[in-house]
Parts: sequence; C-alpha cells; structure tokens
Amino acid sequence: MSILVVADIDGKELGPATLNAVTAASQLDGDIHVLTAGDGISAAAEAASKVAGGAKVLKADAGHLCHALAENLAPVVVALASDYSHILFPATTFGKNVAPRVAALLDTQQISDITKVVSASSFERPVYAGNALAVVESTDDKKVITVRATAFDKAAAEGGSASVEDVDAGSDTGLSSFEKAELSESERPELTAADIVISGGRGLGSGENFSLIEKVADKLGAAVGASRAAVDAGYVPNDYQVGQTGKIVAPNLYIAVGISGAIQHLAGMKDSKVIVAINKDEEAPIFQVADYGLVADLFDVLPELDQKL
Amino acid sequence: MKVLVPVKRCLDYNVKARIASDGKSMDLANVKMSMNPFDEIAVEEAVRLKEAGKVSEIVVVSIGPDKAQETLRTALAVGADRAILVQTDKPTDLGGVEPLAVAKALKALVEKENPDLVIMGKQSIDDDSNQTGQMLSALLGWSQGTFASKVELGDGNVSVTREIDGGLETLKLKLPAIITTDLRLNEPRYAALPNIMKAKKKPLDTLSADDLGVSFEPRLSVVSISEPPKREAGEKVADVDTLIDKLKNEAKVI
Repeated sequence: MSILVVADIDGKELGPATLNAVTAASQLDGDIHVLTAGDGISAAAEAASKVAGGAKVLKADAGHLCHALAENLAPVVVALASDYSHILFPATTFGKNVAPRVAALLDTQQISDITKVVSASSFERPVYAGNALAVVESTDDKKVITVRATAFDKAAAEGGSASVEDVDAGSDTGLSSFEKAELSESERPELTAADIVISGGRGLGSGENFSLIEKVADKLGAAVGASRAAVDAGYVPNDYQVGQTGKIVAPNLYIAVGISGAIQHLAGMKDSKVIVAINKDEEAPIFQVADYGLVADLFDVLPELDQKL
Repeated sequence: MKVLVPVKRCLDYNVKARIASDGKSMDLANVKMSMNPFDEIAVEEAVRLKEAGKVSEIVVVSIGPDKAQETLRTALAVGADRAILVQTDKPTDLGGVEPLAVAKALKALVEKENPDLVIMGKQSIDDDSNQTGQMLSALLGWSQGTFASKVELGDGNVSVTREIDGGLETLKLKLPAIITTDLRLNEPRYAALPNIMKAKKKPLDTLSADDLGVSFEPRLSVVSISEPPKREAGEKVADVDTLIDKLKNEAKVI
C-alpha cells in the first residue's frame, strides 16, 4: 500500500516541515503521495510535485479548505484513507491540530511526534518532556503519525516529477470559520528552519531587554527564541518558545542566554549541533549540555558580542 | 451554560521522570503527582467564565486510579461544582488508557451531561500526545479550538485565539465546542484553605469504563523505554573573544 503525507500549507506555500515528513515516509515501504489541501494552492501542489521521492500529489483546492480548518480538512483525508497504510503529518501546529481528528474518525490510536521509524508498525517517540524515549508498536491496521521535523532530514525540494491529481475537496461543515491572524512579522529566519538560533530566558529581565538578543541575532542572521520562563513572564510571544511544549529546534548553533536549562527547555534544543550557554550562574544546568559555556553577566556579554561579531 | 473540564493526574512538573527497572514503564511509585499543568489552566478558564456569569455549572472529570480523586478535589477547591472519576487501575501514561480511549469515555460522558463547552489541556506532560481534545471533537462532530490563548464566549459561538507556529490565529466556533488550552490563556490560582475544606463536601461520583460502555485496552504496546543519549558538557571559555574564536575556528559554525 502507499503512504500519504499531508502537507503543511504555510499561507499558500508548501510548509518546510513537509519535507521532513516525506523523509520519514521514505523509510516505510510504499509509494509516497502528498496531499496538498487549501484554497488557491496550485503553487504549493506544484512545489510538492518536485519533492524528491514523491510518486503523486493530490490536490484538494476549495474555499472552505482555506486556513486548514480541522473540521473541513479531516474528512478530506479520511475519504482518501482506504488507499494508504500510513498517514503522516508534520508535527507542526497544523499537523497537531488536524491529525488526531483524522485518527479518531478512522478509529486509530495516533502515534505523535515520532523521532525514528523502527519498523512499519513500531516508532520511537519522546515522552515525559524528552526524558525518555519510548518505542511503541501499533496494532491498528492503519497508522496515523505526526513527524518531528528535527529528527528527520529534509527531502530534496527539487528533483521529483510527481503527477498532480485533483481529489474531492469535500464540503464546508460550517462548524468553524476563520476570523483573523496576527502573524509575527520578522525579517529573521523562521525558528525551526534557522541555522543559528539565539534564545533568551528569564535572565533578560524584561521584554525590552530582548532587543539585546535581537541585535546579536541580526549580526549572525539568526532566529530569536525564548525559554518558557521568558514567555510566561510576558517578555515575548509564545511563538518564540523553544521547548517540549513549544518549538523543537536543532540548528547548527544554539546560543542560550540567561536560560537556566530546565528539562522542558532542553527537550526543545538538545539536538542542536553546537550549544553555547551564557549565564552568570555557573551552576546552571544549561552548562551540562553546552559545548561552550561562558559564565558572565549577559548585560556585559550581549553588547560585546554585538560589537565584535 | 454548562462546561465539562477533563483533568489528568500526572507526575508533578518539578519531578524528574525515571524509567522503571522493567524498561517498559516509568517509575511512579512514591513520587509526587499533580494535576497536569495545562488542565489547571482549563479549570481556571472555566472558573473565570463562571465568575463572569457566563457559565452556570462546571463538571470536572478524571480517568485514573482512586488517587485521582485528589486531583478532582483540587479542581473543586478552585471552583468546579461537581466531579466524576472514571476509575481504572490501568496506567494512564503509557501502555494503558490511551488518548483515543479517553476521548471515547469523554464522549459517553458528554452525551450524559450535555455540556455546551469542553475545556481541556492541549497535552498532558507524561505521554505528551496532544490528541485527546481533537479526538473528542471528531467523535462528537463538534468544532475545535486547539492551543487557545484567548477565549471569548458569544451567543451560540465562541471566539478562540490560537497559538500557531507563525503567531496567532482567531477562529469563530459554533457551540458546542471543544477548546484545548495553551500556556498563556491564564495564570491558574491557588485554592484557598476554606475552599479546600468546602471542596470535600462537593459531590464526586465514581464510574467505570463498563458503565460508559467503553474499553481501556491499549492499541499501542510499549516495546521499550530508554534514556535519551546524553550530551557531554563541553568547556568553559574565559571571555567573549575566546568564544567568538572557538565558534569561528574550532566549531566553524559562524
């Protein structure tokens, strides 16, 4: 049987985490089909058709699929499900929102946030905020899975030549409607896709002081993140949050500034290639995972970094 | 308007999770257990809606062992009116009662209790699945507002502002609806001592999976649970110049 990857549509474009889900799908046995669903998404379907490894792109294009409303989108996936052994979603807020709705309608116990494909029916996933890795085996006929992007390489965005086929877009359930979006506008790279991430914690002391982080980020071409403590304290919006309950990142360089290193935070960044910790408390747990630690006051270090980089 | 709030008893947020000697479960003997933090936010939101005069009754429900009564009493002390325990001795983190089974049990309870709104945590901090609310919504054919950071009840509808990857999104949901809570929705209060005493007198019913006509048999079997690979601590550098030099010339990441 074939494998269905449900693409994350970012606005009208193919969301980058889709490529990681395609790689996870390629470790299973079967043709890979990618479903692009949305409103006016020909370009996303076109992009999906070029992804290496895909055999077919299914396109469900209709007004009521705009903004990926789960109530309207889940039935489209369910209607296609009989042809597939596995249905994969990227574990983005899109996938996390829609996949369980699909799984329940298929009477399947979903497997969330997988980090490894062990076999066609067993998968590894982190539990307890990443303090343990569980391998679980599914007894369901059909597997519904969300894929943690940082655990799988991205499939090549070019090189494929899959055909694009229109599929039934279903109808508007009328259960929910989109009102508005307030998207963070930033010239900086997206947190989960950035090569370098610099994050601030409660040590910053205020939202204003995050400008110190931003200056260094701009010098490095880095994305800006934050610990849950900094988000809880209201310094920055929640979409900055790196951690088990926020975003999972694995950049080449992760710089943690004024972050103590709670388990919750470590779970979101410990797979980064190189970790730098800057903290005045030399006992802070963040130093136990850092490749380079600098015990110093961040209010001295950040301006100096800004100046010297 | 009636609100149902499911709450889960989990390993306390501040306790380090340890793997049991069988390598297939977690060691939860003699460790502090508390209400899942996202569920505390759900209870708080329901109580605030009641205080604002928009909600008349809050029913809290938990699925778990007898000791989950403590979790329900905590919710009652914060302002819930009535509690239901669906008693089971199966594990509720891994290899036992799974999100789909919980959603089926909650569906049966919703059909009994007829709430207009279900508010629940977006995920529990033990199995980290983030599924139950969406599944319940699917099984009931209701609308869903997941990862909520703002909830505004209207007439026959509710506006939910959601935390999404790129920022915030606001949806209007037709009632009845399921809402799952994210961190910034509110800051849960602590129960005052007199309210803790009063909570002991509030009604708490106990049911079983059989009473609800559902099965708690797991669909996923736990093959193994292991520690994640440990990262070794690196070196401490003396100053900013050394740090920049190391990042440029040793790690070659800038």
